[in-house]
Amino acid sequence: MEAFGLLLHGFAVLMTWKIMALMVIGLVLGIFVGVLPGLGGPNGVAILLPLTFTMDPTSAIVMLSCIYWGALFGGAITSILFNIPGEAWSVATTFDGYPMAQQGRAAEALTAAFTSSFIGSLVAVLLITFLAPMISSFALKFGPPEFFAVYLLTFCSFVGLGREAKHKTVISMALGLLIAGIGMDTVSGTLRMTFGSNELLRGINFLVAVIGLFGISEILLTMEERLALRGHAAKISLRTVINVWKDLPKYWMTLLRSSVIGCWLGITPGGAIAASFMGYNLAKRFSKDPGSFGKGRIEGVFAPETAAHASGTAALLPMLALGIPGSGTAAILLGGLMVWGLNPGPLLFVEHKDFVWGLIASMYLGNVVGLVIVLTTVPVFASILRVPFAAVAPMIVVSCAIGAYAIQNAMFDIWLMLGFGVVGYIFKKIGIPLAPFTLALVLGNRAEDAFRLSMIGSGGSVGVFWSNGLVGTITTIAITLLFWPVIDRVFAGVGRMLRPAKAMG
Amino acid sequence: MSNTDLEIIVDDPTAPEPDSPAVCSTRTVEIIVSLLLLALAVTLGIDNYATGISWDDTGPQPGYFPFYLSVILGGASLFGLVATLLAGAPSDTFVTRAQLRRVLLVFLPTAAFCLAMQVLGLYVASFLLIAGFMRFVGKIAWWKSLLTAFVFTAIMFATFDIAFDVIMPKGPLEAAFGR
Repeated sequence: MEAFGLLLHGFAVLMTWKIMALMVIGLVLGIFVGVLPGLGGPNGVAILLPLTFTMDPTSAIVMLSCIYWGALFGGAITSILFNIPGEAWSVATTFDGYPMAQQGRAAEALTAAFTSSFIGSLVAVLLITFLAPMISSFALKFGPPEFFAVYLLTFCSFVGLGREAKHKTVISMALGLLIAGIGMDTVSGTLRMTFGSNELLRGINFLVAVIGLFGISEILLTMEERLALRGHAAKISLRTVINVWKDLPKYWMTLLRSSVIGCWLGITPGGAIAASFMGYNLAKRFSKDPGSFGKGRIEGVFAPETAAHASGTAALLPMLALGIPGSGTAAILLGGLMVWGLNPGPLLFVEHKDFVWGLIASMYLGNVVGLVIVLTTVPVFASILRVPFAAVAPMIVVSCAIGAYAIQNAMFDIWLMLGFGVVGYIFKKIGIPLAPFTLALVLGNRAEDAFRLSMIGSGGSVGVFWSNGLVGTITTIAITLLFWPVIDRVFAGVGRMLRPAKAMG
Repeated sequence: MSNTDLEIIVDDPTAPEPDSPAVCSTRTVEIIVSLLLLALAVTLGIDNYATGISWDDTGPQPGYFPFYLSVILGGASLFGLVATLLAGAPSDTFVTRAQLRRVLLVFLPTAAFCLAMQVLGLYVASFLLIAGFMRFVGKIAWWKSLLTAFVFTAIMFATFDIAFDVIMPKGPLEAAFGR
């Protein structure tokens, strides 16, 4: 029950007016970001990160994580009322959410979405509370080879399990790792890949790249589309909330299933998008009446929203315990950690107890406060969409520029941001995924250091990655995952060869 | 529940026409990007080779790790290039002319804004960008555009410069007010 005591301590850290105020500001900004087209969780967090540079780390992470929760909540509003998923993980919510709104049951659908988001996050936070300290104390025994093996596992699972074309994931990842290597080499002090440029001496800052890749490129993409929209307005009354909540116990199986799927996919780098679809499909498959899905069934809102939020929250578990983000947004939060002078990794739980437990406590509190805010203010946020995009777009550009400049006070970074914006736009259009790029960019230096330190330790033998049971297992799993598509095909091939034989026999 | 029938309707008067002709196909762009990535991989590979990719007594030299990454990047781009070339058949549209126009409509002002930021400072440049964009791209009334731009810029100034002490590039206007 040590975790419980520490959690209480975390709540004590939060109970100041300043942090509570920052929490509410963060949530409101987050919902705003989630509702607006052309902005999403990672963009919002990246753009608003500079606001936190002068804060102490605990206030900063509380505000940023609340922006993240808010964005998760906000995505549901546009999906249900406008049939426009604000986020990719809200796509599955539109399947049943929008039909419900059309039938005049928008308030019900919104309540269901917010409540299930809350439940999903809660399950994931419980998992983090009890699992993260255990994993991190286990990981304290890790040396450089183990860490490199874990990084390798992260990268390989992206390639092996991602749904994009494999070579595109590899391109994105290799490019991210290369860009992370630009500038001064941390081990030897040698300059690499700077081509004599003074500006590149500092290296390319991760956050500048992210702001360009996600913020600027998203605006370019949004402008391509027809931005007209029509949707339902909704106000949630207390009675609707109570009615939906009364029915909740009936759906416990769906909620539980989706939470488990979400937690699992959140920890492994797969992400909230896959989780929401999987939650929806499984709810449909296990339902007694699968035909009614897609026509405005409340379970069709519960299932994807619970899974998406559980996964979005669980993505923070590996980030806290091991220093490895489970999603793009978690990667940006990790970048923030470094800006505030914290060293992500298992030592965080030992050296910065206030910070870690404050963050975990804020996950509980942020979700409760967030639920109350969204339930009471939906009409306000829905009407944000009345603001024409021509007014929103330049404001986003300005926020991006402020964010990119503030990181290192360098004008060069503004141009980098613009460049990355174009790169992000083109990559998204030709299907090169950006998440592996982000992850590689933030982990690149640490992965390389771990590799070189292991090599120095072993005298240059790659055998070090199989030198004991633990590191050997992780490395083997990593390589298996990398070649998973091939292995899968071989198995399927063998299966096909066996089956006709059986049919004939 | 009666107010759920209220609809929120937003129009987009300058939306790109759906039947606009294509500027180029996704295939063309994929080939160009693969070639560019390949060139980048070769450049970085050569640079890292020069830095040193072998082993010395302290372990791998600084160029070792990035060199092999360049090789991986080059290999993957080459694979992509060959795969795209072999796929043959013309694929879907990358961007139509109307879409490109809209994208440039936001990209060019953004680039101009970045340039203006160096001369005029962030806040004046922001004011000009927002007001100009709303008026000329969004066709929103002058007074609304100017007011929105002013309020937004003022909030930004209050938040970053006064409340959070985040230093932003400033120009002649701020200097005139002694900030």
